[in-house]
Amino acid sequence: MPLDAVEAKTGADIDLQISDLHAWYGESHILHGINLELRRGEIVTLLGRNGAGRTTTLRAIMGLTGKRTGSIKIKGTETVGMPTHRIAHLGVGYCPEERGVYASLSVEENLLLPPVVKPGGMTLEELYEMFPNLAERRDSRGTQLSGGEQQMLAMARILRTGADLLLLDEITEGLAPVIVERLGQVLTFLRGRGYTVVLVEQNFHFAAPLADRHYVIEHGQVVETVLKEELKEKTELLNSYLSV
Amino acid sequence: MMELIGISPQVLLGQLLLGLINGSLYAVLSLGLAIIFGLLNIVNFTHGAQYMLGAVAAWAGLKFLGLNYWWALILSPVVVGAIGVLIEKTMLKRLAHVDHLYGLLLTFGLALIFEGSLVHWLGVSGQPYPVPPELRGGVNLGFMFLPWYRGWVVVASLTVCLLTWFLIERTKIGAYLRAGTENPALLKAFGVNVPLLVSLAYGYGVALAAFSGVLAAPIFQVSPLMGSNLIIVVFAVVVIGGMGSITGSIFTGLMMGVIEGLTKVFWPEASATVIFVIMAIVLLVRPAGLFGRA
Ligand SMILES: Nc1ncnc2c1ncn2[C@@H]1O[C@H](COP(=O)(O)OP(=O)(O)OP(=O)(O)O)[C@@H](O)[C@H]1O
Ligand SMILES: [Mg+2]
Repeated sequence: MPLDAVEAKTGADIDLQISDLHAWYGESHILHGINLELRRGEIVTLLGRNGAGRTTTLRAIMGLTGKRTGSIKIKGTETVGMPTHRIAHLGVGYCPEERGVYASLSVEENLLLPPVVKPGGMTLEELYEMFPNLAERRDSRGTQLSGGEQQMLAMARILRTGADLLLLDEITEGLAPVIVERLGQVLTFLRGRGYTVVLVEQNFHFAAPLADRHYVIEHGQVVETVLKEELKEKTELLNSYLSV
Repeated sequence: MMELIGISPQVLLGQLLLGLINGSLYAVLSLGLAIIFGLLNIVNFTHGAQYMLGAVAAWAGLKFLGLNYWWALILSPVVVGAIGVLIEKTMLKRLAHVDHLYGLLLTFGLALIFEGSLVHWLGVSGQPYPVPPELRGGVNLGFMFLPWYRGWVVVASLTVCLLTWFLIERTKIGAYLRAGTENPALLKAFGVNVPLLVSLAYGYGVALAAFSGVLAAPIFQVSPLMGSNLIIVVFAVVVIGGMGSITGSIFTGLMMGVIEGLTKVFWPEASATVIFVIMAIVLLVRPAGLFGRA
């Protein structure tokens, strides 16, 4: 068998494969060789202190940083060098740290904004069922929503598109416990449906039961990988990485 | 009562109507500028020249190809808009990541090039453009004689403004446009071809300028410099309304036309400057503009 074919075969169920990723904002070199890999249906977290480069990793995947080098393969397709607007069409949904709810669009317009990139996304009705608050406020301006509602909207928006590789940046940040719990249920549901998820989280209690694997990022590099099974024995280590 | 202060209602209503006609042209022009500014963050100083190109294209179409006014009304905006797309793709695009000042300088330079080359070809004097036969004559309104053509200018301008408003505020493509104005990077990340959207928006804004140029041709004659003063006034209108505000630009355009008309009645000497005085006051009191978000 030719080498290409072997690679294609073993890579068949790998949704995201990042190797030696470097990224810059202008002159500042932020990512220094990130390596990580997600199989279809896996959920992983990116942990790390403030400024470690987790948001930048997600932004680099979407092509939203400055220069990038290295390799980012999404479902086998190399995307370093691809224009940003084509990346989503490989089936990627991005929920940014600042949520990015559009003020000049109504809730429903926000929901309908991202183009469908793949069949199999949730319908508007299913989303309203999942997030009843949004249904009530469908005609409000996006930014008239509470923080929790805005977060629901930012999530719901990418579930409609059929994207099955989700990049979620700090979705629980600053939200009330009931809403965090609701988001936990949503993620459990997504896991059941076979979504692949990269979760940037500060809230370790939220992330721990959901994720298959945790990557600790420091100074733009993956410095530690912790499997779900190793959580107990590596708690100390994780704390030492994450405590300030 | 008005007779007492020496102004007949005829004169007043007459100027109001003339103001409305100018205002509707301002509205279409500033609407185009607002769309362009919103998405490209560029103050399109070529706008006046593109308005002129619309009129010149109509004139040339009639003279050399025998295309009548109605064809010109459709084809001029398409042709001038397409040239706009080309300008965006080859030049403005490269300036997207640098200081806004460069965009302003480039578009200003382009205006000088368009105007200069046409002066070379046509000279500075105006070429008459006939009112289309269907719209000759007029109606006596009692207080003034309204040429049909001028009424048509108001109706056509307001219709185009309304359709554009609907397109932007009520359709999917408009949602893209609004989102692209607010946060283009995220829109790209959602998979929307924002560079294409930007080119089309520029082309559309330019087409609006060309459209008003065709509307203006039978009223003001066609000359290479017809847009160079106008752009300054329209720029002031956009500042007053609030940079990038769609409804703001439409309302302010109409309002400023009417205010200009009224000033001609009450203080003719000030009519050329009144808009700039208002601009200065607005900038001092409400820098974001009357309709702008602070
Ligand atoms: N637009 C930017 N221009 C220049 N530097 C940036 C930019 N955005 C982030 N950085 C820098 O990149 C580094 C990594 O930031 P990043 O946002 O990825 O951190 P993070 O791990 O997401 O942390 P947190 O979200 O908790 O702040 C930081 O040092 C930050 O100052
Ligand atoms: Mg972050």
